[in-house]
Amino acid sequence: MRIEEHPILGKLEERAIVEFSYDGQTITGYEGEPISVALEAAGVRIHRYTKKYHKPRGVFCAIGRCTDCVMVVDGKPNVRTCITPLQEGMSVQTQYGVSAKA
Amino acid sequence: MTRYDLIVVGAGPAGLSAAIEAAKRGLKVIVFDENAKPGGQLFKQIHKFFGSKEHKAKIRGFKIGEELLREASTYGVKVELNAIVIGLYLDKEVTVKQGEEIRHYKGDTVIVATGASENMITFEGWTLPGVIGAGAAQTMMNLHHIKPGKKILMLGTGNVGLVVSYQLLQAGCEVVALVDASSKVGGYGVHAAKVARCGVPFYLSHTIIRAEGEEGVTGVTIGEVDSRWNIIPGTEKTFEADTICLAVGLSPMSQLLKMAGCHMVDTPGGVVPESSEKGATSIPGIFVAGDVSGIEEASSAMIEGRIAGIAAAEYLGFIPREEMKDHLAQLEVALLSLREGMFAPENRGKIIEKTEEGIDISMNLLKMGYLEEEEVERFPGVLNTKGIHPVIECTQNIPCNPCQDACSRKCIKIGSKITALPSIDESKDCSGCGLCVASCSGQAIFLVNEEQEAGYATVTLPYEFLPLPSKGDKGIALDRSGKEVCKASVLEVKSSKAFDHTNLLTMRVPLSMAMKARFFVRQEVC
Repeated sequence: MRIEEHPILGKLEERAIVEFSYDGQTITGYEGEPISVALEAAGVRIHRYTKKYHKPRGVFCAIGRCTDCVMVVDGKPNVRTCITPLQEGMSVQTQYGVSAKA
Repeated sequence: MTRYDLIVVGAGPAGLSAAIEAAKRGLKVIVFDENAKPGGQLFKQIHKFFGSKEHKAKIRGFKIGEELLREASTYGVKVELNAIVIGLYLDKEVTVKQGEEIRHYKGDTVIVATGASENMITFEGWTLPGVIGAGAAQTMMNLHHIKPGKKILMLGTGNVGLVVSYQLLQAGCEVVALVDASSKVGGYGVHAAKVARCGVPFYLSHTIIRAEGEEGVTGVTIGEVDSRWNIIPGTEKTFEADTICLAVGLSPMSQLLKMAGCHMVDTPGGVVPESSEKGATSIPGIFVAGDVSGIEEASSAMIEGRIAGIAAAEYLGFIPREEMKDHLAQLEVALLSLREGMFAPENRGKIIEKTEEGIDISMNLLKMGYLEEEEVERFPGVLNTKGIHPVIECTQNIPCNPCQDACSRKCIKIGSKITALPSIDESKDCSGCGLCVASCSGQAIFLVNEEQEAGYATVTLPYEFLPLPSKGDKGIALDRSGKEVCKASVLEVKSSKAFDHTNLLTMRVPLSMAMKARFFVRQEVC
C-alpha cells in the first residue's frame, strides 16, 4: 500500500504513471520507481520460485544486495527488481529457477 | 587508466565527508557508489539525530544528507553513481564496473567507506516472501513511499529495530510486537519508550520459532528462551502478521580491504581492518572511515570521514603535518564525545546498573520498553514544580544535548559533558514554549501543568503521526506502556517550522493522570 501522506516526508510527489506487463497482465506503477515497489503496491509479493524445491521468494534486502527478488524482465532472467527502475511497457515475469514459465 | 589524488569508495556519510575535506584542500577526488543515488542510508533516516550541535543533533538524517550533498557540490567533488568497485589491488589500482564496462583507475590515496550490511538469522520459514530486513522496510517506506506490510513483527530491539518500528507506525503500519532473544532492550531507552507508549508490546528473552504461511508470511510464532537460548516449551505465542522485519545487527563490508591485503582483525562486531586514529590501514595511503571500520552511528561516520579526508591530504603533502594535527585534535574531541556514556563501544555487552550520576537504571525500561511511574521521579529531569514545567524522561547516559540549547530561559541543564542526564533548574521559570519538547531527538520531554484548572492537568507531548488531531478532539490517553488510562481532550496542537514536523499536542486529563498520561489516541465521535 502506498503512503499517500507522511507525517515527516509530506505528500507524495506527482509522478508519471506507466503501464507494464506482469505475467501477461497489464498493471500500473510510477515511472522510475523500483519494479518491486510497483509490484508490492499491486499486492504481488512472490517474485520467483527456487529451482530445486520450488519455494517462493520475494524482496528481502530491497537494496540490490541479496538477489532474492530477481525476476525475468524483458526476457532477461536474474534482474534485481528492487533496484531496477520501472519503465513503460516493461515485461516482468515470475522466475522459475532461472527462466520464465515455458 | 585515469589517475586521481583520492579515490573514495562509497558515497554515504563517511565517504562524502572524506571527499569534501580532501577536495577543500585541493585534492583531485572521485567518489564511486554502486547505488543510483548518493547519501548511503542517510536518506532513509527520518528521525532527528542525537549528539550536540557539532554532530548536527536534532536535524533529521535525510536533511543532513541534503546538506552533505550541497557541501560536496560546493567543493567540486565528483560522484560516480551506479559504479560498483569490484577490485582494490596493489599500488591502489581500483577496478570499477560502470554500465557494461570495467574501468581501471589509480588513486594516490584510497578511502574505503563501504559501510555495513545487515545480519540475518534463520528460522523455519525465513525465506518466505514477507520476511525482510529492517533496512528494506526503511528503504520501502522512506524512499519509495510504500508500506512494507500491514501487520509487522520486528525482531531486534537495538536502535535499528526500535527506530524502524517507530517509522513503521509513522507510515501507518501496525507493529504487532517487538521481539528480542536478549533479556534487555539493546537500543536507547528513549527510542523504546516512544514505541511502547503507542501500545506496541515488547517480548524480551523471546525469539522467532517459525514464520507461518506457505506462499508468504501469514503469521509468526515466537517463544521464550532460557539462559542457554533454548525455547521453553509451553511459551509459544502466535501473532497474525504479513511481514517480519529482522533487525539483528550489522556487519562491516570490509571485503575490499581484505582483497587489498590490509591487516584484518576478527572482532565480535565483524571483520575489520586494523586502523589508526586517522583511519590509516596497514597499507600506506589506504584509509577507512565509517561502519566498515566498526559499526557506529552515522554521526560518528561523518567525523571519521572528515578525519580520513584530512589525513589523506596530509599524506600526499597538500597540507603540512601541523595543520592536520590541529584539525584532527578538534574532530577527535567531537568523536570521543559520541563514544561516551552507557552505550559507548567499551560498554557493549556489559550490564550497567547505575547512571553516571549514581541513579539506578530503570529495569522496566530494559525489559518492557517503558519506565514505571514510580521510577520516573528519581531522575533529575523530573521535578514537581509549580505551573507549567518540563518533565524530562531521559534516564540513560547517551550523548545528546539539544534540550539544553533549546531552552532560552535556561531551565534545562546538562553541562559540558553531553552524556549527563538533563536536570531542571528550579530557580528558572518555564515559559511553556515547548521548544525543548520538539528538540528532544528521543521524544522524552513533556510539558505538564497541574494548576491550570481545578481537578485537571495538561500534558503536552511530541506528536509525529497522521492524521494530526485538532483542538477539541476527544479521545483516550495512554500511559507509558500504551495502556488506556483515561479520557482526554485536545486543548491545542502547535506546529511550527522550528519544531521540524514534531507537533506539540496538549491534552487535558484528570489531575491524577498528570504523571501517567503520555500519548493520545483520537476516538471517532459516534
